[in-house]
Amino acid sequence: MNVEVKGLSFSIQDKRLIESICLDVREGEMVGLIGPNGSGKSTLLKNIYRVLEPDSGEILLNGQRVSRLPQKELARQLAVVGQESSAAFDFTVRDIVMMGRSPHKRMFEADSMEDYEIVEQALTRVGLLHAAGSSFSNLSGGEKQRVLIARALAQQARVLILDEPTNHLDIRYQLQMMDLVKALKLTCLAALHDLNIAACYCDRIYVLQEGRMAASGSPEQVMRPDLLYDVFGVRTEIAIHPLTGKPSITFLPDMISSL
Amino acid sequence: MMKEPADFRRRSFFFTAILLALTAGLVLSITVAVMLGPVPIAPATVWKIAFSHMPGFNGWIEETWDTGQGHIIWDIRFPRVLLGVVVGAGLSVAGTAIQALMRNSLADPYILGVSSGASAAATLVILFGAFRFFGQYALSISAFLGSLAVMAIVMVLARVGGRMATSRLLLSGIAVSMMMSAITNLIVTMAPREEGIRSAMYWMMGSLTGAKWEYLTLPALIVIAGTSFLLVQYRALNALLMGEEAALTLGVNLHAFRKWLVVVVALLTGTIVSVSGAIGFVGLMIPHIVRLMVGSDHRRVLPVSLLLGAIFIVWADVLARLVLAPEELPIGIVTALCGGPFFIWLLRRNSYSFGGGI
Repeated sequence: MNVEVKGLSFSIQDKRLIESICLDVREGEMVGLIGPNGSGKSTLLKNIYRVLEPDSGEILLNGQRVSRLPQKELARQLAVVGQESSAAFDFTVRDIVMMGRSPHKRMFEADSMEDYEIVEQALTRVGLLHAAGSSFSNLSGGEKQRVLIARALAQQARVLILDEPTNHLDIRYQLQMMDLVKALKLTCLAALHDLNIAACYCDRIYVLQEGRMAASGSPEQVMRPDLLYDVFGVRTEIAIHPLTGKPSITFLPDMISSL
Repeated sequence: MMKEPADFRRRSFFFTAILLALTAGLVLSITVAVMLGPVPIAPATVWKIAFSHMPGFNGWIEETWDTGQGHIIWDIRFPRVLLGVVVGAGLSVAGTAIQALMRNSLADPYILGVSSGASAAATLVILFGAFRFFGQYALSISAFLGSLAVMAIVMVLARVGGRMATSRLLLSGIAVSMMMSAITNLIVTMAPREEGIRSAMYWMMGSLTGAKWEYLTLPALIVIAGTSFLLVQYRALNALLMGEEAALTLGVNLHAFRKWLVVVVALLTGTIVSVSGAIGFVGLMIPHIVRLMVGSDHRRVLPVSLLLGAIFIVWADVLARLVLAPEELPIGIVTALCGGPFFIWLLRRNSYSFGGGI
């Protein structure tokens, strides 16, 4: 399953939030989306998963136009994990993961043994089977995100969209979360805040700046001091880390600019 | 082939047990509520009289009661108690649905003014004969339209930038509710004729005094239809509680579904208010108590709310009849005395989610 975005623009009232964005995610690829706050990362993702309706441009899933798909069909092909979400009403972990089965259900259809099995497997894969019966609101932030990943797994969609999934998480859970997503080997498009995490996990990276695509390419191609200075306004030093083999970004604050 | 997981089985068992217990409780409550009153009647007689009116049973049951008793039970007390069942069931189900729709644990048809909207429209019909072209359904239909209008107004007022903020929701609900109550009062005060005027008190606090068999059919059908619709859509309701975006990405056709929910809530509230006046706090309290019992899954919440709401109103009405007998209290006084403190407790318990707007 691949995702293709062609010439996507979106505005609220007169304000252009994103302008002629093109990107593609190939089967099994993990693609990162980076950019400063307000650069349009979430807006772009919301257009792709159809919470927002673009002014112009097209989004294709395996060549099919997303705008033509019924809501349910789209949910069977594309799952979304947003920033930490809280529910005003409490559900058990199993209830929430079971919701991932709803796009596969007809109106009067009851949960089947197959559904229980899929939910069980999803919970096992995120390492939360033991917590299946506990209530969602009592979980830590990291566990909540893993529950939402399990829900996306139960959805059995081939494409996973992550909107800053590691926000609010401790570093340990950030890495755990990204390792988990990487191991799933799904086609994945993720907006990421942390440049080192993006460089470490992504196969390719797109850089957004003020609603436009500023650059794209492999982590090595994108993580360049001049580019990061242009987009984020920070000075950096970038080296290929000997252990990870990936670009490692060190930020240089003004206080040591004299060095 | 795997079996259902143990925690899940335990919950299903618990749920079935609760359903059975509440059904038995409802039958028992109906029996006791019919027995109680100025003329005491034995429980066996209550059901003998009831069955003697069922087709297929007449002739089988020996008449051990006099016609007076028969009249009191069948024509006065039964319709009233059953109306209580329908009203309590409907209001609880409407409360469950409106809480899912607004994704807010403080939402309730009464607090958000939906009931007062129905009251205002109903008083127009009764006192001025408005909407006469709807015929015998003028009252129900106009009450429905009143509810619908208020739902629409409150939802528009409460949304800022696509989000429903709790404080705005409650404040706009209260504002609209006060306006509608004022309009109801105004209409009642300006009423052209004395007879046939049910007091403003009736429309604001509710009462089951006017119960007749004829008034039962339509509300009962609507409660059954509304509950069935919501039960069929339980997955979408669950998804909606996770947030609008989550619901969309789980395949819920949100725009259509939200409209349907508004119509169903307005229909339930409107028809019920047209037969019982605006009874408060049932739709707020019952769903919460039920969620504490069986969790938030609507497949469980809806049927349990329906039963518990019915039982609650039946007993509230018994209190309303008996506390100051032979005078009657408006039933809304009883529900408000229970519901007010509950609402305050809920406000304090949920205080943390106020800023979040969820």
